[in-house]
Amino acid sequence: MSRELGYEEIIAQRIDIMRKSLGLDYAQYATGALAFDYERLLSDTGYDVDTAHQVQRSTAVGDTPLVELRNITELVRILAEPGKGARIFVKDEAANPSGSFKDRRASLSVHEAIKRGYRGVVAATSGNYGAAVASQAAKAGLACIIVQEAFDSKGIAQPEIAEKTRACEAYGAEVMRLSVGPELFYMFLSVLKDTDYFNASLYTPYSILGIETLGHELAVQTEELTGRFPDVVVTTHAGGGNVTGTARGLRKAGAHQAQMIAASVDLSGLHMASDNDFNRKSFTTGHTGFSIPFTTWPDRADVPRNSARPLRYMDRFVTVTQGDVFYMTEVLAQVEGLERGPAGNTSLAAAVAIAKKLDEDRIVVVQETEYTGAGKHPLAQLNLAKKLGIDVRRGDPRENIPGRAIVIPEHPAQISVVDVDLDRIRRSYLRNAVGELQKGEQLHETDLEFLAEETGTDRCYVQEVLHEVHRKTG
Amino acid sequence: MAEIVEKGTWVEIQRIVLAPGERAPQVPEDTKLVPLEMRAKGFLDKTAHLGEEAEIMTPAGRRLRGILIEINPAYVHSFGPPVAALSTIGVEVHSLLTEQEQAP
Repeated sequence: MSRELGYEEIIAQRIDIMRKSLGLDYAQYATGALAFDYERLLSDTGYDVDTAHQVQRSTAVGDTPLVELRNITELVRILAEPGKGARIFVKDEAANPSGSFKDRRASLSVHEAIKRGYRGVVAATSGNYGAAVASQAAKAGLACIIVQEAFDSKGIAQPEIAEKTRACEAYGAEVMRLSVGPELFYMFLSVLKDTDYFNASLYTPYSILGIETLGHELAVQTEELTGRFPDVVVTTHAGGGNVTGTARGLRKAGAHQAQMIAASVDLSGLHMASDNDFNRKSFTTGHTGFSIPFTTWPDRADVPRNSARPLRYMDRFVTVTQGDVFYMTEVLAQVEGLERGPAGNTSLAAAVAIAKKLDEDRIVVVQETEYTGAGKHPLAQLNLAKKLGIDVRRGDPRENIPGRAIVIPEHPAQISVVDVDLDRIRRSYLRNAVGELQKGEQLHETDLEFLAEETGTDRCYVQEVLHEVHRKTG
Repeated sequence: MAEIVEKGTWVEIQRIVLAPGERAPQVPEDTKLVPLEMRAKGFLDKTAHLGEEAEIMTPAGRRLRGILIEINPAYVHSFGPPVAALSTIGVEVHSLLTEQEQAP
């Protein structure tokens, strides 16, 4: 780096750094104190579903198979009441070039970076997205830097992230690995400032529009295979892009009736910025440590306004346990011959519990798989958990305690989902929204409309909650 | 005398970015007690000693400085041994499916 700037200095320059690294002025989309024109922000990019498909096909991204999980469906029907047990399909996103649906997000980002004349791309991610950006950048001949939160203060790398480091390096990227902490954002901004590269954030319009093709393909393929659109789509939920992009793509394909269910691994009790907890999570994504904060306030992202706005799109939000997901990862390999995940199988575990309650003629689609490998595997996670003194055993998964006990179900009938109360989530969102207002700043008409859209409610609901917030805070 | 590493060798460097007292205010207590550390890999710019300050050229073409900590760093993540809590799931689920087929 040419001249190193301190933490405060870089953070103070964040708006300017963002504008340069995105080539996009978000301020032009503001329509109120909080409101902004979300649809125009997305449509101004020019990427409709067809255009996104064309870009993605140029690097063999997308067009992944939709696979019927016949044995898992049969298993669910054994567990279900007579006449119940929906057909379960999975979109095998591991078939993408770098092994996950993240290639869809990366392809539009890198395409945009080239169009705008950037010489390289930077992304802050410890997950599959890093490999996806690195893979796309390799093909495009752009430099690539991935900033990861990768190891704890004892130098112990989270095994799944160690695998992502390797994958990024295999695609020729520079990987900046950091110890635990939210100051990763400072390092990310420093790299952007140092390089003048494109901010290939997970939360730009490009990244979200790249996922619309997934929802669109999924709807079309389900109709081709079964004669109808899916009744339920279960999506592993972390930062919100997956839920947002998939739901938008479904709607664009005409599958308006499909119920969108967001599913996360319950990691309650573990602190996401804690050095002690870092390696005790056993999951690097798809968990409540991301999904709850990002659903209740999406604009905590590394762009000024997040294009992933999951609360607009989810009909239901459920959690499953760590043990449920490891169990279903094993089942997927052993009875369907698909070794995938584990984190991506969060939606599969939820789908088993959900399909059990639905009629046999219903269709449930699990919206993604991801590649598996050394480190990125239940064995790697469970061996590390055991080394850290976490109790790994068979039993009732309701006894699972994140960071202390991983309880693998003894029987598939024990797999269940817990509903997250969406009313509480909406109220929490509105509290956070009001908290963003500057002192003395008032909400406009456009803000009330915006907040109703954001929470999937109406103005009455928004006003009622806002009154409550005012009463409590005086 | 520390090991001499030739220019051009693929290495890893390490650097303390923020000392414990400099951590961001929102950081939890346990994290505040430890530094924010950075590690990066690249080709060594000039012949240097292991454990001493060095400069690398990263695959993205950046020059980064830090303490030279590893020569040709290995990928050591693996699967580890089979875990008993998973080992019998396949057999169990197959037998559930088979019992169903054999049911009258």
